[in-house]
Amino acid sequence: MEAPRFELTASPHIKGPDSTPRIMWTVVATLVPVVGAAVWYFGPSALLVISASTAGCLLTERVFGPGGAVRDGSAAITGLLLGLTLPPGLPMWMAGLGGVFAIGFGKLVFGGLGQNIFNPALLGRAFLQAAFPEDLTTWPDMSGPWSALRGDNLALPLMSADPVATVTGATPLGLMKFEGTDTELVRLVLGSTGGSLGETAAVVILLGGAYLALKKYLDWRIPVAIFATVALLSALIHLLDPSKPGALFMLFSGGLMLGAVYMATDMVTSPTTPRGAWIFGFGIGALVVLIRLWGGLPEGVMYSILLMNALVPFIDRATKPRLFGTGKEAMA
Amino acid sequence: MSEHKLPMAESGAPPPPVQVESSSVRLVGTLAAAGAIAGLAIVLVFQWARPRIEEHQARVLAEAVTEVLGGPERWQTVFLESGSLTTAPSADTAGLDRVYVGYDVNGDPVGIALVAAEAGFQDVIRLIFGYDPGSGDVLGMKVLESKETPGLGDKIEKDSAFIGEFAEVGSPIRGVKKGRATDAHEEVVMITGATISSRAVIDIINHRLDALRDPLGRFWSSPRALGAADAASPARASGSTSTRGGA
Amino acid sequence: MRATTPREDLLRGIWRENPVLVQLLGLCPALAVTNTVANSLAMGIATFFVLLGSSVLVSSLKRWIPKEVRISAYILIIATFVTIADLVLNAVVPDIHKALGAFIALIVVNCMILGRQEAFASRRPVGRAILDAVGTGFGFLIALTLMGSFREVLGNGTFLGVRVLGEAFEPWIIMILPPGGFFTLGVILLAFGWWKERKVEQVRPRRWPHGVTTGVGGA
Repeated sequence: MEAPRFELTASPHIKGPDSTPRIMWTVVATLVPVVGAAVWYFGPSALLVISASTAGCLLTERVFGPGGAVRDGSAAITGLLLGLTLPPGLPMWMAGLGGVFAIGFGKLVFGGLGQNIFNPALLGRAFLQAAFPEDLTTWPDMSGPWSALRGDNLALPLMSADPVATVTGATPLGLMKFEGTDTELVRLVLGSTGGSLGETAAVVILLGGAYLALKKYLDWRIPVAIFATVALLSALIHLLDPSKPGALFMLFSGGLMLGAVYMATDMVTSPTTPRGAWIFGFGIGALVVLIRLWGGLPEGVMYSILLMNALVPFIDRATKPRLFGTGKEAMA
Repeated sequence: MSEHKLPMAESGAPPPPVQVESSSVRLVGTLAAAGAIAGLAIVLVFQWARPRIEEHQARVLAEAVTEVLGGPERWQTVFLESGSLTTAPSADTAGLDRVYVGYDVNGDPVGIALVAAEAGFQDVIRLIFGYDPGSGDVLGMKVLESKETPGLGDKIEKDSAFIGEFAEVGSPIRGVKKGRATDAHEEVVMITGATISSRAVIDIINHRLDALRDPLGRFWSSPRALGAADAASPARASGSTSTRGGA
Repeated sequence: MRATTPREDLLRGIWRENPVLVQLLGLCPALAVTNTVANSLAMGIATFFVLLGSSVLVSSLKRWIPKEVRISAYILIIATFVTIADLVLNAVVPDIHKALGAFIALIVVNCMILGRQEAFASRRPVGRAILDAVGTGFGFLIALTLMGSFREVLGNGTFLGVRVLGEAFEPWIIMILPPGGFFTLGVILLAFGWWKERKVEQVRPRRWPHGVTTGVGGA
């Protein structure tokens, strides 16, 4: 008996060409130039660290994740972003372990893509920061030849990095915080400074972000709100106390560009409403300024975004748009 | 208890088990008796434990004082009472700030050990350091208590190079980054990656010295019979200040 | 209450109803002081002692403790033993006492101990109460030591202070920090849950009509 076939499905019935894999792989594509810039500045070390973190992410997603999840590209993004937040001299096994943690504890324990509360890449980075604080704050000196490794990247798994292999330098933010030294703006914008792999290519990151915003793959309000908050707040503070850094230094130093454009805008862990996006961006910007200027650490982008990630459910609820035709009472 | 018996009875539920209500006298009595027994037990154990605990605390202090003063022959506690140091305070010593003065074989003072505590990176850092008011040098430093980040900030306790920096360093101490050290007498090279904890240690020592510089100086220049009277001969105790040292 | 055999009373707390790993009781010390094996052992033994002492006393005094003030009486008894444990640890092993800090005093509010008094010791004869306290206390000790072993080996490269992973091992400092406690407990519970679920599946293979499936698919 062949029954007539009714297909009852929920809306939407007409779908656009955008799908999760398509968005994700586009993001990956825009990250390729950023990775390229990292390799350009830091040499083969950059490639080693980023491939290790990406391999860690993909492997974890493949082994523990739902079947075929690797193909949606989200684990690849996590791996690339995680790699870009790491210092160039990091041993590869640490980068890989960070990737395993990012996907395993940052995403899969929550139930996989779309369920996680925190940005997995930043969670992986936070784990590494707490597990290996010394290696994560060792910034290589940039004086050697391009092809030289920037640290003991090839340290055996679970073994300490050889300290002799690292000549330490300092990041612009560290110089500012601990020594009160400024760094030339031109060098900041072009990225020829010490720091994490993805901290240095501001222009490339902004171009990639602009393309994604045009395609509506990221909410332009979030980075704009972050940049505006950081710029205004630090300009104001600089005015009151000229010993504090100015707005341009704050915008172009550290991981602010990468964090604001690629991590704060993670679709899963950012607010869905436009008003929520503004609040979210403002919160991140304000926290970044607070941590950088008065906190114990030189850089605060990671913790700022993670903290605001935790608030996203509340922001979403508080900014839920009123249904057309319902009164204020119906909002409760 | 009695309020909820009525509705239950009305609804036809099985009657609740008969409850013997205890009188309040019995309740209070039971608790009082139990409290008394518990108190007695605790007092007995306390009597046994107290000498052991105090002995241990005294040993820890003695070790720390010996370490930061470079192994004095003997040392004694000196109390700070109304702005000056005295070995025989008039009031109860429990609430008084105190320092520890070390003496060498000849009964000459070698330095003063001071305990100080202030906020570090995570929580309060408590440390003891030796100080020679004659030359103004810090003689040594030992962290007694800290909760700094393991592997990073806690190097202020474990990094022997850093701790060694505090042996015979001028005061007020100035912290410098590795590679920027000059030959200045009051420089301490800070720990790479633990600048905040290192600086906290330096600040704690400087603040404590700032607060006590006057009484320490006065104590030091006064006839040292103050501290040494009970051990050394008067002639030696009043000897010239230049014979001191050996820390 | 279903009648239990003495054997069950003893073994129950060790594995099947392990206070930390199954009942999720007493998590505060389990997370806070398991950063080294020595701390875990000290806390486990202190708790064991308090639990055993309180159970014996509560069980033998149950007839004289009025119902209305029983919780106060239990707390009083537990607090007495905790204070004794605190003093003894301070006198015998001062360094460990310092490392455990306030968490010894906090054994008083370990819900596992009060729970055993209310649920078991106050209703059963002394002998059974001892068996139950020994089993539960031992289960707690095992769970704490398990966590402490993971955390000390990974976080410091040592076991009871003895280097086990070689000189060049890079310690995962996060494991001896508070987050490491949560991760360790989480991973152990994950393994426990996975193992139990697999066992249940083996015991009861369910047959459903064609095309219908249940359970967590995929992974």
